[in-house]
Amino acid sequence: MGESVQDRIIAIIAEQAVLEPSDVSMDQTLDDLGIDSLGLVESIFAIEEAFDIQVPFNANEPQASDFDISSVAAIVKAVEGLVAEQKG
Amino acid sequence: MRRVVITGQGTINALGHDIATTLEAFREGRCGIGDLELRDVDRLSVKIGGQVKGYDPEALFNRQQIALYDRFTQFTLIATKQALDGCGLDFSGALATRTGVVFGTAGGGVNTWDENYRSVYEEGKNRVHPFVVPKLMNNAAASHVSMEYNLKGPSFSVATACASSNHAMGQAFNLIRCGMADVMVTGGSEAMLSFGGVKAWEGLRVMSKDACRPFSANRNGMVQGEGAAVFLFEEYDHARARGAEILAEVVGFAMTSDAADIVMPSQQGAARAITGALTDGNLNPEDVCYINAHGTGTAANDKVECAAVAHAFGHHADDLMISSTKSMHGHLIGGTGAVELLACIMALKDGIVAPTIGYEEPDPECALDVVPNVAREAKVDACLSNAFAFGGLNAVLALRSAP
Repeated sequence: MGESVQDRIIAIIAEQAVLEPSDVSMDQTLDDLGIDSLGLVESIFAIEEAFDIQVPFNANEPQASDFDISSVAAIVKAVEGLVAEQKG
Repeated sequence: MRRVVITGQGTINALGHDIATTLEAFREGRCGIGDLELRDVDRLSVKIGGQVKGYDPEALFNRQQIALYDRFTQFTLIATKQALDGCGLDFSGALATRTGVVFGTAGGGVNTWDENYRSVYEEGKNRVHPFVVPKLMNNAAASHVSMEYNLKGPSFSVATACASSNHAMGQAFNLIRCGMADVMVTGGSEAMLSFGGVKAWEGLRVMSKDACRPFSANRNGMVQGEGAAVFLFEEYDHARARGAEILAEVVGFAMTSDAADIVMPSQQGAARAITGALTDGNLNPEDVCYINAHGTGTAANDKVECAAVAHAFGHHADDLMISSTKSMHGHLIGGTGAVELLACIMALKDGIVAPTIGYEEPDPECALDVVPNVAREAKVDACLSNAFAFGGLNAVLALRSAP
């Protein structure tokens, strides 16, 4: 199956943050990584494309979404859930 | 300085195909937003919009015209006909060269782009209709109006995303004020409710899937609309000399640039445009009773706009009314300022302030009188119309009741 979900998400986030994947740690927030609201929307688009899933996210109410973006680890967990749910 | 008055108006939008129906909807707080009817709607995640329904272009235009008129041009011509029919102006003589056309549109012939991309990319065709270019160009609406009515003065189109119509009407105002024209046909139009037009907006993740609820704490985004509104702007003495009915006076206009962010609005940029329009119109903040808000229903716009109004008006911000009619007709993007000017004229002329419908929960960050859900009677002597575009380009018009 190749790279894990975690590795692929870290690669996407690192690219958005213009960092090396090794510089991204699981407990960081997008804010820590310097990713703004546009960067977030772009990251979600990249995740949807990479995993062929739909991510429920509305920039007007990021907290209201089931998709937890509070840290890199939370995003990995949320994507794993969506992959299981939508591709299972 | 020459003064500028409005002596004609016309519209077609989700609330109605004419002025009377639209104003009735404003008074009744009726919502024109509903299920989108368009090709491949099942592949969209946003399926609602302020769509012009019950519309049959073939009943209004012949085949040759439809070959040249994109939907946004059709809307413009329909609204222009209402504004100019029976206006009493004769454009066959000298007035022709003193009359121009300035319209706002963000996307121009979006449906034409969409249909022809489908044809060449999806269906693999290698030929398109010969009129694709003249049909889709942003200036097509202004050009067709100039040809239809023999208007030979300064004419062009303005594209500044969601502020296009306000920028267009501001140019028309200043062209008359500075003496470059005596009469201007102005306003704006948008017809972006095609599969590609909605899909593009979907990508930005700022659209609501259920309703446009400006200023409400539970707002969750904007809803696209479509349509046009067109106005006849006229030099005051010219209008008075011929005994024209004056709907309102345009007294001020200001435009600013945030120079900050391609999508996030700026309180300073918006406030400078508001203050600039007051100054240009020789208005004191206390003179303004009503503001037609940009009020998109996004989290970002509404709080920034309220903060800008509070900053520009100080204590008076608590005494004025501010409503967003986008809750009813949706966001017409480049045409929105034009349709919203109808609500300003209604407030000045009829003393009725259109409401912000869909308002469910107060938001402490939008703590102004947003005229929730129900229209209100009020004597309004002066009002503003705000438009703040993506790209940080702001345009605010100031109006007074007819002199």
